Amino acid sequence: MSIQTHKGVIGTIVVNAEGIPIRTTLDNSTTVQYAGLLHQLTMKARSTVRDIDPQNDLTFLRIRSKKHEIMVAPDKEYLLIVIQNPSE
Amino acid sequence: MEIVYVYVKKRSEFGRQCNFSDRPAELHVDILPDPSLAANFIDRDPCDVPIQCTQEMSEHEVNTERFEYETRGINHMEGGWPKDVNPQEMEQTIRYRKKVEKDENYVNTILQLGSHMEHCIRQNNAIDIYQEYFEEEEGVEETEEQPSAKTINVFRDPNEVKRTATSLSWHPDGSQKLAVAYSSLEFQKVSKDMSYDSYIWDIEVSNKPEMTLKPVSPLVCLEYNPKDSHILVGGSYNGQIAYWDTRKGSQPVEMSTIEHSHRDPVYKVIWLQSKTGTDFFSASTDGQVLWWDIRKMSEPTERLVLDPSKKGKLDQALGAISLEFETTMPTKFMVGTEQGMVVSCNRKAKTPAEKIVCTYSGHHGPIYSLQRNPFFPKNFLTVGDWTARIWSEDIRESSIMWTKYQTAYLSDGCWSPVRPSVFFTVKMDGTLDVWDFLFKQNDPTLSIKVCDEALYSMRVQDNGRFLGCGSELGTTTLLEISSGLCTLQRNEKALATAMFERETKREKILEARHRELRLKERSRSEQSKEDETKETEGEESAEELVARAEREFYEMVEAEMKKREKDEKIEIDQVRNGDKK
Repeated sequence: MSIQTHKGVIGTIVVNAEGIPIRTTLDNSTTVQYAGLLHQLTMKARSTVRDIDPQNDLTFLRIRSKKHEIMVAPDKEYLLIVIQNPSE
Repeated sequence: MEIVYVYVKKRSEFGRQCNFSDRPAELHVDILPDPSLAANFIDRDPCDVPIQCTQEMSEHEVNTERFEYETRGINHMEGGWPKDVNPQEMEQTIRYRKKVEKDENYVNTILQLGSHMEHCIRQNNAIDIYQEYFEEEEGVEETEEQPSAKTINVFRDPNEVKRTATSLSWHPDGSQKLAVAYSSLEFQKVSKDMSYDSYIWDIEVSNKPEMTLKPVSPLVCLEYNPKDSHILVGGSYNGQIAYWDTRKGSQPVEMSTIEHSHRDPVYKVIWLQSKTGTDFFSASTDGQVLWWDIRKMSEPTERLVLDPSKKGKLDQALGAISLEFETTMPTKFMVGTEQGMVVSCNRKAKTPAEKIVCTYSGHHGPIYSLQRNPFFPKNFLTVGDWTARIWSEDIRESSIMWTKYQTAYLSDGCWSPVRPSVFFTVKMDGTLDVWDFLFKQNDPTLSIKVCDEALYSMRVQDNGRFLGCGSELGTTTLLEISSGLCTLQRNEKALATAMFERETKREKILEARHRELRLKERSRSEQSKEDETKETEGEESAEELVARAEREFYEMVEAEMKKREKDEKIEIDQVRNGDKK
């Protein structure tokens, strides 16, 4: 996928609605971990946004940590997760 | 067999039987009030009567049950696969994945999400949101934040019978661990099931100690070896010294023999600066200071008896409660005694008599803590009775600076290792005081109530930021103080030097003046020995004072009575004059 070629991108994962990783560039155990945890987090974030305003919906989720940034683009059926190291 | 005591007395020996009967009340004495006696009394006007009006309040305490928790991990496993697909089988999973990818919806969705994602990625690469814009200015922060301290962690004695935390010692590298010695210093209050153990705590784990040290008798003091962080030495209640190696377990590696140890609890142990790093010395209230080498614990290498008359007699010796040793001055050391005196000693003296150089007295009670200022070694702090005093080595007669008398007894104190003008003290009412004498001299800069019971010991970590306090019920509290109190201020060293010099000079002048007065008195008393018999005046004895007080009182009463008579006479005259008219 062309996203992988961007500067600083460490890995990309595509997860479906059941939490199964469809496509990944990282190793299996890491993929499983990210898929499980981020899926739940995205659900929680989405429900938070909708609780505050029912007409609103989550479009993007970015988690910036000390080491890198995890970006999650959610959809009804799939989840695109990209891990990037921004400060270079 | 029951032990029974039998009393035997004949009925005839009892005496006559008592017969009680009723009779009406009889009046024995009737004293009626006599108004003429009232004239002997003078009304006092005004009267001072203290009264108080406060709201009644009651105090309640609630404490929840301690919640025990432990850390567990979660194992992530693959899941979510539909029933017919076995996640372990590579072929099946690949087939399933390929099937999903062929779905039309998949491709569209991913393309859409992908473009959104690319936008964000490019954004990240374009600007670094954490870039420092003003790096050159090192922030001249004069933020006058309120000095504060907060409790980070509390370590409680896990045993049923609580003992006092009498001594604390921080681990020398990194200070991640804190060794606490527990014992009961109350005379003969040791119950049978009181445990003798002392603990080493990891400061992040407060529910269970990291390691237990099992001595033969409870430890009163405990110190880490600054050169080798695995070795600890502890002085125990029965006078013996023991040392542990944390790699070798909870039992002491070696103990000193009872015959050559102290006869009273060992109150303080300090490691010495030596090439081998195995020397230390100990002090106890039996009046001795003993030097030891770890490799040979069977008997001390050197012994000093704290006899102020320099004769080396043990029964005249002063009991030692605290020790002080500064590695920059290896030949000198100081001992704080139970009698309130600090004895300064020279280790390299040839005879025991020369060992004791001088004494400083000023406290009314035992000196619980003694420490030189890490920045100004000529000045030292003593903590005892209700004050903390700062001394200068040159002035023997009195301290150069002292706190006012506090409401509770001070039990321990120490200087801050990073700021020369800050020191800490703990009191028997459970408060910790932080004193900064460049900021305020009358009161502590910060006073915090750490716990309700008395605090017995405290120790500051080497970075000056964390300090641990041990209390009567064995609770060790770890506090963090605000950065204002543990960062060196700009002119602090210069100001502190100036203050110390000024106070030292003042005391020197006072000392010189005292000496002059004493010399004058002595010369005067020598001259006037013949004149003494002529002088009968001067000091009144106690009886004379009492007689004088009585006389004055009666004079006052008589004066009042005379005034009253005069008033009455004037009234009678007025009435008579009125009648005549």
